[in-house]
Amino acid sequence: MTHQTAPPVVEMTGISVEFPPVKALDGVDFSLRPGEIHALMGENGAGKSTLIKALTGIHTPTAGTIRVDGVERRFTGPADARAHGVSTVYQEVNLCENLTVAENIMLGAEPRLLGGLNWRAMRRQAAVHLERMGLRIDPGSSLGSHSLAVQQLVAICRATVGDCKVLILDEPTSSLDTDEVAHLFTVMRALRDDGVAILFVSHFLDQVYEVSDRMTVLRNGALVGEFVTADLPAAKLVQHMIGRSMEVLEAAEEVAEQAERPAGATPLLQVVGLGRKGSVQPFDLDLYEGEVVGLAGLLGSGRTELARLLTGADRADVGQARVAGKATRLRTPRAAMGHGIAYTSEDRKGEGVVDGLTVRENIVLALQAERGWMRPLPRKQVDELVAKYIEQLGIRPANPEALLRNLSGGNQQKVVLARWLATAPKLLVLDEPTRGIDVGAKAEIQKLVAELAADGMSVVFISAELEEVLRISHRIAVMRDRRKVAEIDGGGATMDQVVDLIAGGGAA
Amino acid sequence: MRDVLRHHLFWPVAALVALLVANTVARPSFLAITVRDGHLFGAPIDILRITGPLLLVALGMTLVIATRGIDLSVGAVVAVSGAVALSHIASSPDPESPVTVLTAIGLALALCVVLGVWNGFLVSVLGIQPIIATLILMTAGRGVAMLITGGMITTVNSAPFKVLGSGFWLGLPVAAVIAFGVFAVVAFVVRRTALGMLLEATGINPAASRLSGVRSKTLTWTVYTASGLFAGLAGLLISADTMAADANNAGLFIELDAILAVVIGGTALSGGKFNLSGTLVGALVIATLERTVTVLGISPLVTPLFMALVVIAVTLLQSPRMRERLTAARRRQIAVPPEPQPAASPDSTEVKAR
Repeated sequence: MTHQTAPPVVEMTGISVEFPPVKALDGVDFSLRPGEIHALMGENGAGKSTLIKALTGIHTPTAGTIRVDGVERRFTGPADARAHGVSTVYQEVNLCENLTVAENIMLGAEPRLLGGLNWRAMRRQAAVHLERMGLRIDPGSSLGSHSLAVQQLVAICRATVGDCKVLILDEPTSSLDTDEVAHLFTVMRALRDDGVAILFVSHFLDQVYEVSDRMTVLRNGALVGEFVTADLPAAKLVQHMIGRSMEVLEAAEEVAEQAERPAGATPLLQVVGLGRKGSVQPFDLDLYEGEVVGLAGLLGSGRTELARLLTGADRADVGQARVAGKATRLRTPRAAMGHGIAYTSEDRKGEGVVDGLTVRENIVLALQAERGWMRPLPRKQVDELVAKYIEQLGIRPANPEALLRNLSGGNQQKVVLARWLATAPKLLVLDEPTRGIDVGAKAEIQKLVAELAADGMSVVFISAELEEVLRISHRIAVMRDRRKVAEIDGGGATMDQVVDLIAGGGAA
Repeated sequence: MRDVLRHHLFWPVAALVALLVANTVARPSFLAITVRDGHLFGAPIDILRITGPLLLVALGMTLVIATRGIDLSVGAVVAVSGAVALSHIASSPDPESPVTVLTAIGLALALCVVLGVWNGFLVSVLGIQPIIATLILMTAGRGVAMLITGGMITTVNSAPFKVLGSGFWLGLPVAAVIAFGVFAVVAFVVRRTALGMLLEATGINPAASRLSGVRSKTLTWTVYTASGLFAGLAGLLISADTMAADANNAGLFIELDAILAVVIGGTALSGGKFNLSGTLVGALVIATLERTVTVLGISPLVTPLFMALVVIAVTLLQSPRMRERLTAARRRQIAVPPEPQPAASPDSTEVKAR
């Protein structure tokens, strides 16, 4: 189906985007040909959405050229891009639920009549566009009355109004079920056969393999390569996405020594059939003292969801949990804390830091919350505790009164860690503790995790970076499609083995 | 000097001083305090007395605003409180007995606590937006007060109750002593326990606070309850001043004055960091402003307009963006060729859009 000979409709060369001091994209090349479905692949933070935003004019590249239909362009924003035939449909449907389907489709391109709107023509034209999508719904009905899948299709319908040469679909399938995905793919293929170039972003590997013709893989803001989908095995793709940054590997010492667990020891936390509808399938997991359990899997595979059930951040609707052999229910984070379970969220900004408070207040927050407001920690004890963790974790600036929002991401992460260490937890669940922080801080946190485990703490470690999980974990639970698919010994596991499990081939 | 200018209380205090100066210019005897029958008299004492109820309401409002909320129902709660107390006294055989008065106070405060609990329930358990949740009681509360008074303005004679509004204790107005006393105790408790920090954490990042084990729901519920209680106490002071239970007009618009006092005091309506000393100054500014209107002989018809102008001035001076512009303007005057501002407005909208 791919028009190998056709000149690219979009050609981006040497694109760099910087958010000082971070280089979000570094000299990335990307081309999109008419009549192809092109998947843009990469883990979180690889630069997929930055590339899309550079194309549509939301971010201004610091270097590189963008050509659309052979003409060099820098769009001023999505509206400008759309006027030149480049339309984007985002993960969250960006439409007005309170307007009708027709109004949503024709918004910005309304047929006019005598200074007002020509409502009849609007409905007629909208109906034509809907017909093309194979959507049989009343253009006069309100958008909010339709399912999310239909709304998604309406959003695509809206994007194709006018002269649409390039259609960008950012995670269009994340909230759709199998039948709805099938319908979406039918529509995508029809558009492709009409000569539209489709850029498709999805975290679901099987979907990418089902629908895409070619793919471009990004990692850490750099281009890994462009591949023909049919020629690239899934395991190879996962390897490309996750990478093996050996220099980081060698920066810290080998820490995953086999923990010596006495036979017949009671797990610190034992869960059986714990699950939550729409979040993660029921799973079993035993966590022992002094052991680091890594969770591996792609984004959206259920890693975070599993952690949230273990820590009471979300409430499980099936299954049992036992803490030190005693049945209990982890209904709230507070209840989990009562059992010595601590959780740092992957969403540091949204669920971790309290950026308007000081370093000191952030560090004592959990401990103080546990004691209740009526029993304030004595100031002297607070100062000692805060000084201890600033020293131990190397928090910079070493000023307890600094507002947290003025600290770098890595230091904010250390403060959140300190908040939990101050509560002296028995089980520490770390969700992406090293994401978005520099290599030095990363190595420090890894080292700290190893030390905590050596001191008898049980740690659950989640990371998108596989080599990090491999190095640090005594045991690895592998997640795929919101299910725990395997549990392997961390000491003997190889990268290839885990990659195979993640990609759904091999032993699974 | 710089540090003084930067202090968060600088502009509110400056506004207060400016108002006092304006009053003294208009009436040189304004600041004079005389002793009559062992009681202190004079405009400043009067200002303290009328600050009392507002300060109590603003105290509760500050705590509610710290959790990202707002309590619009306080005016109605003031009316309910006065209606309950005065109706109970009026219907009792012995309005002068301290027992009757204490029962009346107890009943009124208990009902106001219930109203506060109701607001807290709507916000923290049902998750209704605070502005809507408290709007319900803002309208319904006046109806409840009306029901209690039977639609009439009940006037009562009861010396022990009247003391709350116009009595003196150690030479100072009882209303002021109670309000400032309660304020001081609450401020002390909030800052000496961990309550203040936990409230701020809840207001700044509710999700992070929940994961850290902060009982955000309970805290939210507590502040609405406290707000109801303080509004009820304010209602007692107000009704004891007039000795008439007026369901329609008691505490009318006091919620707006209280919000203003909080904002003038430098607590952002977006929640989080709060500043009780600022609220104190804010309440004093508003009470002084009300007083100024009479001293300057401004017609009651245009009083709201005058008050609005002063409030606009104070809030503008506090706005960081406005201050930036002022400093920029001053710098431009110094720099010799005044360069043309290159498209300032599109720039600023762009920033906002992000």
